[in-house]
Amino acid sequence: MKHMTRKATRHISQNEGLIFEKSSPGKAAWKLPPLDVPEVDTAKLLGKQERQDLGNMPEVSEIEIIRHFTRLSTWNYAIDLGMFPLGSCTMKYNPRVNEFVSRVEGLANGHPYQPEKISQGALRIIKTLSDCLLEITGMDAITLQPAAGAHGELTGILLVRAYHQSKGNARKKILIPDSAHGTNPATAATAGYAVENLKSNERGMVDVAALAAQMNEDVAALMLTNPNTLGVFEQDIHEIAELLHAKGGLLYMDGANMNALVAKARPGDFGVDVMHLNLHKTFSTPHGGGGPGSGPVAVKKILEPFLPKPVVITKPDGTLAFEYNRPQSVGRVRAFYGNFGMFIRALAYILANGPDGLRQTTEDAVLNANYIRKGLEGVYDLPYSTPSMHEVVFSDKLQSQKGVKTLDLAKRLIDYGFHPFTMAFPLIVHGALMIEPTESEPKEELDLFIEAMKSIAAEVEEDPQFVLDAPHNTRISRLDETQAARKPVLRWKPENAQ
Amino acid sequence: MSYPTDRRYTKEHEWITPDGTIGITHHAQEALGDIVFVDLPKVGTEITAGKTLGTVESVKAVSDIYAPVSGTVTSVNGELATAPEKVNKDAHGAWMLKITVKNPAEMNALLSSADYEKFVSEEAGH
Repeated sequence: MKHMTRKATRHISQNEGLIFEKSSPGKAAWKLPPLDVPEVDTAKLLGKQERQDLGNMPEVSEIEIIRHFTRLSTWNYAIDLGMFPLGSCTMKYNPRVNEFVSRVEGLANGHPYQPEKISQGALRIIKTLSDCLLEITGMDAITLQPAAGAHGELTGILLVRAYHQSKGNARKKILIPDSAHGTNPATAATAGYAVENLKSNERGMVDVAALAAQMNEDVAALMLTNPNTLGVFEQDIHEIAELLHAKGGLLYMDGANMNALVAKARPGDFGVDVMHLNLHKTFSTPHGGGGPGSGPVAVKKILEPFLPKPVVITKPDGTLAFEYNRPQSVGRVRAFYGNFGMFIRALAYILANGPDGLRQTTEDAVLNANYIRKGLEGVYDLPYSTPSMHEVVFSDKLQSQKGVKTLDLAKRLIDYGFHPFTMAFPLIVHGALMIEPTESEPKEELDLFIEAMKSIAAEVEEDPQFVLDAPHNTRISRLDETQAARKPVLRWKPENAQ
Repeated sequence: MSYPTDRRYTKEHEWITPDGTIGITHHAQEALGDIVFVDLPKVGTEITAGKTLGTVESVKAVSDIYAPVSGTVTSVNGELATAPEKVNKDAHGAWMLKITVKNPAEMNALLSSADYEKFVSEEAGH
């Protein structure tokens, strides 16, 4: 082992086969009491519908099941084990109080088919969260239905299309900066628009002159992430909005990076017409496999008639209700009302923090990213010197002189006990290392991370091959990702299968 | 890297020979990394200069392949379906498709090998 830092050490990591491989006939984790009612002849009852072959069902004892899944769980990396610096993903801590509140009996056992009169609490949560998110974004109306970020984007662009359609012309294309998340062009294409690329300038921002030249009455909207994927705030945002609005276009904001703005700046105040939020990023609900996500879409007044239905309204007697009579609505985009469990968690987070707490959160997220930037500047190449917001993007330019690329650096970082950063994105930076610590990290963990990254840079200088062969301390060494993509094995088959 | 002089190049990193054989450049395969899948149009498809004709997927990203000129697809390199790594090994030999060129004058707008080499070295500046 080369230099290691204070965080990681070796620990027993047990091998574990597939549960099918542990199976032996007759083992079970349960035993039923003797039958005390007449046995039913299933073959007679079901005829041809009776399934004869139950397939390959593992037969194991209870302790084997428990150990199997517990051992597998120890192979995971999680935010509860350490920093998860995946840029653009805002992998913040999911506070335990969120989980507590979402398990309160009346909420956990609620059903979407309950009559409205006994669903007032759930409706109040939807209404209060909506109001909070509108206050935070500075927008006029909102839908909580979309299931996650890309779904929110699609919903938002469908609203844009419905708006233009109502004026007699849906328009043809959507402008997207070259630093955008890949979901943006996918969204535009899915909604039936042509995608036109917008080049960034040397500061990593939208080139306003290029935008002015490309803007015309065929453009339905510009999809902009702010701060953008370089972690840079689009300082010309007012001018950008004016250029769009002058030709009847709309400004869509991808709210993936909203963690840099909450309680500091409001998209509704800088000209945004429609935007999505990621509750699973900015508002601390579980992310990735722990989801589901939630991607509310907030709009200005002009887009309100097109919002998905139903929408929550307050009746004259003060009670809440779902309103379905929305003739211009784009319709439902999700079963029932969206991922309600996430609404509870996001609201718990917002109310626990309050306005001052949220402001502090934003400041800490930006401070943490800049602390890392300062700590690693000079050790790793910083392609854009524009001030960073909540994340910082380095490149592998210095290390690639020794043949070590961003992927190799990420693999070695695993040995140091961290989840890797985002690699090779944004595409406008060659060999990008995109790092977003979030506000969750204490200075101590940031120091461990900086120490690890410096140690890896030193290893690249001394022995690049060692880094190219990483990871060294994991259960299994580097996987052949190319072969896995070229010749994927998609399911397990018993060895004696035909 | 020297680029063959028997063909023309695009700024989107495709090459095309005078008889309408199309592939992607050495620089493109290098930037993409290990290629795992190439998605090409069917024989008979009309392709339009500057528009997407297919995609190439690497471990890093999925990228569009743009038509250098307009024409009709006459043949597709089926080998790449099972052996996409051929593009990494020899980008200038591993052709992707052949077309009948609609308007040969469109070829004049493309880059020569010397111009393409210059373009790539400037782009590599950042």
